[in-house]
Amino acid sequence: MSHDHAHDEHAPHAVPLGFLALIFGVLMVLTFVTVGVTKFDFGYSMNLVVAMAIALVKALLVGLYFMHLRWDAPINGFILVASLLFVTLFISFALLDTGAYAPTQAAAALRGSTP
Amino acid sequence: MSTAHSDHDHPAHLAHHFETSAQQMESGKLGMWVFLATEILMFGGLFCAYAVYRANNPDVFLFAHRALDTTWGAINTAVLLASSFTMAWGVRAAQLGQKKLLIGLLIATLFGGAGFMLIKTVEYKAKWDHALFVGPSNAYYHDNGTLADPGEAAHSSEYIEKHGDTDGGHGGHGDDHGAGHGDAHAAGHGDSHAGDHGGDHGAQADAPAPAASKIAAPAAPPTGLHADLLTHKRPVLGAGESLSTGIGAIQASHKGSHYPAFTELDPLNTNRTHIFFQIYFAMTGLHGLHVLIGLGLISWICYRAGGPMTRALLVPGLFVSVGIYFVFVWWLVSANSGWFPTTALVAAVLCLIAGALWGAKNVALTKPNPDADSEFSPGYYTPVDCVGLYWHLVDLIWIFLFPLLYLIH
Repeated sequence: MSHDHAHDEHAPHAVPLGFLALIFGVLMVLTFVTVGVTKFDFGYSMNLVVAMAIALVKALLVGLYFMHLRWDAPINGFILVASLLFVTLFISFALLDTGAYAPTQAAAALRGSTP
Repeated sequence: MSTAHSDHDHPAHLAHHFETSAQQMESGKLGMWVFLATEILMFGGLFCAYAVYRANNPDVFLFAHRALDTTWGAINTAVLLASSFTMAWGVRAAQLGQKKLLIGLLIATLFGGAGFMLIKTVEYKAKWDHALFVGPSNAYYHDNGTLADPGEAAHSSEYIEKHGDTDGGHGGHGDDHGAGHGDAHAAGHGDSHAGDHGGDHGAQADAPAPAASKIAAPAAPPTGLHADLLTHKRPVLGAGESLSTGIGAIQASHKGSHYPAFTELDPLNTNRTHIFFQIYFAMTGLHGLHVLIGLGLISWICYRAGGPMTRALLVPGLFVSVGIYFVFVWWLVSANSGWFPTTALVAAVLCLIAGALWGAKNVALTKPNPDADSEFSPGYYTPVDCVGLYWHLVDLIWIFLFPLLYLIH
């Protein structure tokens, strides 16, 4: 088979098993934290920010270590970040827009028509 | 192919237009990442719908998210993280040429994904039982600005408010709504449509009397409230303000509890309660579809990674698994009437028989063949890596869906 060819031209970067297990452990702890933290009231927006911050840390761990972005060609990470930026742009503008139109929608709802 | 290649000095997996295996692998992974970017953009549309509706109707989200089961959601997060871990470990096994371990880990990952779908089934079933499903079957469905079925909505509100109160912690209440109250409600439904749902509720041992009077409220008011608001001098601005700044007022109004009851929602927002469930099912449904596709891809990788016996057993094994799933579905809905339980049972029996016969045939005809080996080696494991990336993305999306849908505070 192809084993002989493989080894001399490309030695794959295998992530140590203990390290993968550590990342998994941290992800599980963060899951408990994100559930537990809903018991505390930081205010409506602050609770959302905390939940999203924890989710972002978890996403970073999965992306960097499970998906190998830490060691990959930078272009792969660039594509991921670019897509996330565009999603953020999309949602931000949609929120700005709906914020401007909210009173109009409310008026339409009052009249009983679909906004 | 391989005969044509045999006189060249390169391995069978290397396509002609690549110089080296490393270059081929980098290109494959780049293509996979571009695909994952399009996946993120597709989910971005749903996240946008979520953000817009939540920004406009925060109290609806505070109220309706309590219908979701935080415990099952958290367990599912853990299950999916565990399967992500076994997948990452599987890629490592492929890189190191540990073929048996790779197959074991891929099968473990398959079990994780299947477990996720089983739990999702339990959750969807609970929504179905309490008329919280998609489209007009949702109790809060609105028709021309009024609740299509106020009696049904009152029923569901009672369920959501009670369920939400018990669902604060990690307590093991997961199955109480699966069997206990599911049946009680299903039995009560028919009568409530007739009109006298107040009395119907009183008959249930677990429904407190004050709740019954509160439940009757939403049936009449919507039109009345709208009329009241319209007589105000500047109803538009008033309503607009309450949309954006209403949360503090709502929290103050129901002392102690952080979450509004259905009757405490802004009358404008009661129109939109069903939208929460449409968004929930669109997001988790598309995510669930991705889990199913991921399971298919992992099975395919497992087939290519396996020796003759793995290949002989894999597809029949999938049939048996689907059969077991249908047995579970049948067990879950066996109390319901109609065609569904019977259909699930028939599907289960057919899948189990087909899987068993096919598996027996394959095993009988398979000879041990030392030449037929795993397609993957430390020099070529790109498909394992790319399917792994897909599976991690599915996990990544759930990491955001879980707090956004289940943990609204």
